[in-house]
Amino acid sequence: MQPAIKRDAEFEEKLKKVDEMLKKYEGQKGVLLQVLQEAQRIVGYLPIEVQKKVAEALDVTLSEVYSTVTFYSFFNLKPRGKYQIRVCLGTACYVKGADKVLGRIEQELKIKVGDTTEDLKFSLDACRCVGACGLAPVVIINDDVYGRLTPDRVPEILKNYE
Amino acid sequence: MEIYRAHILVCRGTGCTASGSEPVMEAFEKEIEKHGLSKEVKVLLTGCLGLCELGPNIIIYPEGTYYCRVKPEDVPEIVEEHLVKGRIVERLLYKERAVEERMRALTDINFYKRQKRVALRNCGLINPEIIEEYIANDGYRALAKVLTEMTPQQVIDEVTRSGLRGRGGGGFPTGRKWQFAKDAPGDIKYVVCNGDEGDPGAFMDRSILEGDPHTVLEAMAIAGYAIGAKEGYIYVRAEYPLAVKRLEIAIEQARERGLLGKNILGTGFEFDIFLRLGSGAFVCGEETALLASIEGRRGEPRPRPPFPAIEGLWGKPTLINNVETYANIPPIILNGADWFASIGTERSKGTKVFAIGGKINNTGLVEIPMGTTLREVIYEIGGGIPNGKQFKAVQTGGPSGGCIPASLLDMPIEYDTLTQAGSMMGSGGMIVMDEDTCMVDIAKFFLTFTQDESCGKCPPCRIGTKRMLEILERVTNGEGREGDIELLESLAKNIKASALCGLGQTAPNPVLSTLRYFRDEYEAHIREKKCPAGACKALITYEIIADKCKGCGLCVKVCPSAAITGERRQPHAIDREKCLKCNSCFERCPFGAIAKK
Ligand SMILES: Cc1cc2nc3c(=O)[nH]c(=O)nc-3n(C[C@H](O)[C@H](O)[C@H](O)COP(=O)(O)O)c2cc1C
Ligand code: SF4
Ligand code: SF4
Ligand code: SF4
Ligand code: FES
Ligand code: FES
Repeated sequence: MQPAIKRDAEFEEKLKKVDEMLKKYEGQKGVLLQVLQEAQRIVGYLPIEVQKKVAEALDVTLSEVYSTVTFYSFFNLKPRGKYQIRVCLGTACYVKGADKVLGRIEQELKIKVGDTTEDLKFSLDACRCVGACGLAPVVIINDDVYGRLTPDRVPEILKNYE
Repeated sequence: MEIYRAHILVCRGTGCTASGSEPVMEAFEKEIEKHGLSKEVKVLLTGCLGLCELGPNIIIYPEGTYYCRVKPEDVPEIVEEHLVKGRIVERLLYKERAVEERMRALTDINFYKRQKRVALRNCGLINPEIIEEYIANDGYRALAKVLTEMTPQQVIDEVTRSGLRGRGGGGFPTGRKWQFAKDAPGDIKYVVCNGDEGDPGAFMDRSILEGDPHTVLEAMAIAGYAIGAKEGYIYVRAEYPLAVKRLEIAIEQARERGLLGKNILGTGFEFDIFLRLGSGAFVCGEETALLASIEGRRGEPRPRPPFPAIEGLWGKPTLINNVETYANIPPIILNGADWFASIGTERSKGTKVFAIGGKINNTGLVEIPMGTTLREVIYEIGGGIPNGKQFKAVQTGGPSGGCIPASLLDMPIEYDTLTQAGSMMGSGGMIVMDEDTCMVDIAKFFLTFTQDESCGKCPPCRIGTKRMLEILERVTNGEGREGDIELLESLAKNIKASALCGLGQTAPNPVLSTLRYFRDEYEAHIREKKCPAGACKALITYEIIADKCKGCGLCVKVCPSAAITGERRQPHAIDREKCLKCNSCFERCPFGAIAKK
């Protein structure tokens, strides 16, 4: 189940910011990726409205924008949760049982990897090595890094974000 | 300049920051202030020391005392004892596992003693956010030397003679690549740094970018002079925000100092560097895909030739090298090609940085001379396998590499030996596996990765890796059939021969190497429906051994699905219907009463 896009004042405000950002780049070549990165930083994800604006400003087709957005895993087409949980599934973390930690998080939040809870509180993703392999297995929630995790520590950690 | 009697270096690399080095640094600042030592003792941040697992790490100079796992609560004691009274806080010193002895200096411990730091020479030694510290450690001297004393051809000859080969995976001779780019016709050329670091288990490029960003900038400027380029781009993965920040600061400071921009060091040479961020696609580490991504497009590889040195960024000749490759350039220029070539072996010169991880006591970054054996790295530097377990294999080369078994531990680490063993140097990930790691599962893990990251442009990779993955899935699920091994082998051969880029061409390697050395594990899964390592969920069940169970109830507390029941002090039992096979009870039971069958 995907939560509907909220079209409130806040969203409109963000769209305005995207417009301003786009002015900087108008007419420039080879900047699509940078523009999309900035747009996602502003809005949090890249709904079709935003992609249309980008296509118009850079004078490229919407399909080119869409195919670029879907190529890179960093871009989200759907809104993400307030707390973004990323479980490192890099080799060092995997060998130390990251899949079991991931399984426990899925079970606690009742969502699968790639999904967002219905209340838009948590979203859950797997990611590749974040460069903290010494602390494997590693989970990142927004900017907080948790290392040397075991599945049974999951509930207590999630409680910090209630 | 102020003179301080002591410097406290707090590691603020990614690992230590994650384990809380920022509050430690703040605590030091407060405590120093409180003791009125602000004029005598300086607190500084630095980059990764390599022993991230023991973080937060700090070093106090001039003695070079190394304290690990420092918490903010420990700080008053360190200041009071070490800095005021001059007494070392023994309990926070690193303990050498082999001899159970506390070591005082970082340079005394086994993990460090055997290393030779060339690419990492400044990491953990200087503050990466202050250009003066880099300059004070010979920084930008190589650039000055090149611009004032050497012709571009002399620079290239020096790099060629050093024998340096690319550290990004392929191992192509760096000097030859520079020569191609110099000789390519065209007025506009580019220098690119590949900081995409895709191997999911390697983080040396990240540590260099975070801990010593100027070395990359300096080397790129040298490369620009050598090939005749005025612009450079550094492509960094989006997952590395700290590296991006440190690079931004470094570029800004270098421009202010006239070390980037127009008329560098008054010589008339012009060169500037720009950053581009990746967006989470492993294939963008491949050079042609990376260039497409810098141009703002989908990062799909294209056939080579033409090679980027002839036709690269926006169709212009482009030199592309890896972060660690660049980090070797300034020392080569300053100390000479002969010095560099004297390190390492006949066909692999210099040093290589490895990220050792997995089932090993000392995880972290190590830089060793080429030719060091795997055994030395794993047992002498890495301190061996924890919990008395048996070593099974070491994986190098990431998703393009393979697993090397115990029988080959005495092999020297070189480009060619690793390739012969069915693996490869790759970017330097080195993951150690013990008896609890299932080799079929590991092969599946890597194939899941490459399958996921395949850009989909060519069918052998897109469809072939999917077929292979399906087979591995059924094998690990206990549904493997006779003939599956042969099927895997023939698919692998086809994919290797016909995929368009390196990702597809090397994707079967993890499967092939595990088949080569651990075929019996595949056979056990297929014929006996058993996972000898006890890792594949579908093939194991959890049971409590009544004789060993003391009825302490600890397993009941950690079980997420209430599958364990029993009276206090009586043997407990697991309800197989409810058990999720999460392994929590197995890890928790202090009496070894839980068995995997
Ligand atoms: C699928 C794939 C991924 C790669 N990823 C990286 C990477 O993350 N970092 C890197 O430096 N080189 C990577 N390479 C190698 C680059 O294509 C290129 O050879 C390298 O950047 C050249 O630099 P070097 O000669 O200094 O090693 C990758 C190659 C392939 C085929
Ligand atoms: S081998 Fe795979 S990653 Fe490379 S071009 Fe073909 S489909 Fe894309
Ligand atoms: S493996 Fe997990 S689910 Fe099964 S009994 Fe043990 S703790 Fe409970
Ligand atoms: S933790 Fe071990 S000893 Fe304690 S009740 Fe569980 S199985 Fe028995
Ligand atoms: S593999 Fe997880 S942090 Fe490196
Ligand atoms: S981050 Fe501190 S030692 Fe690696």
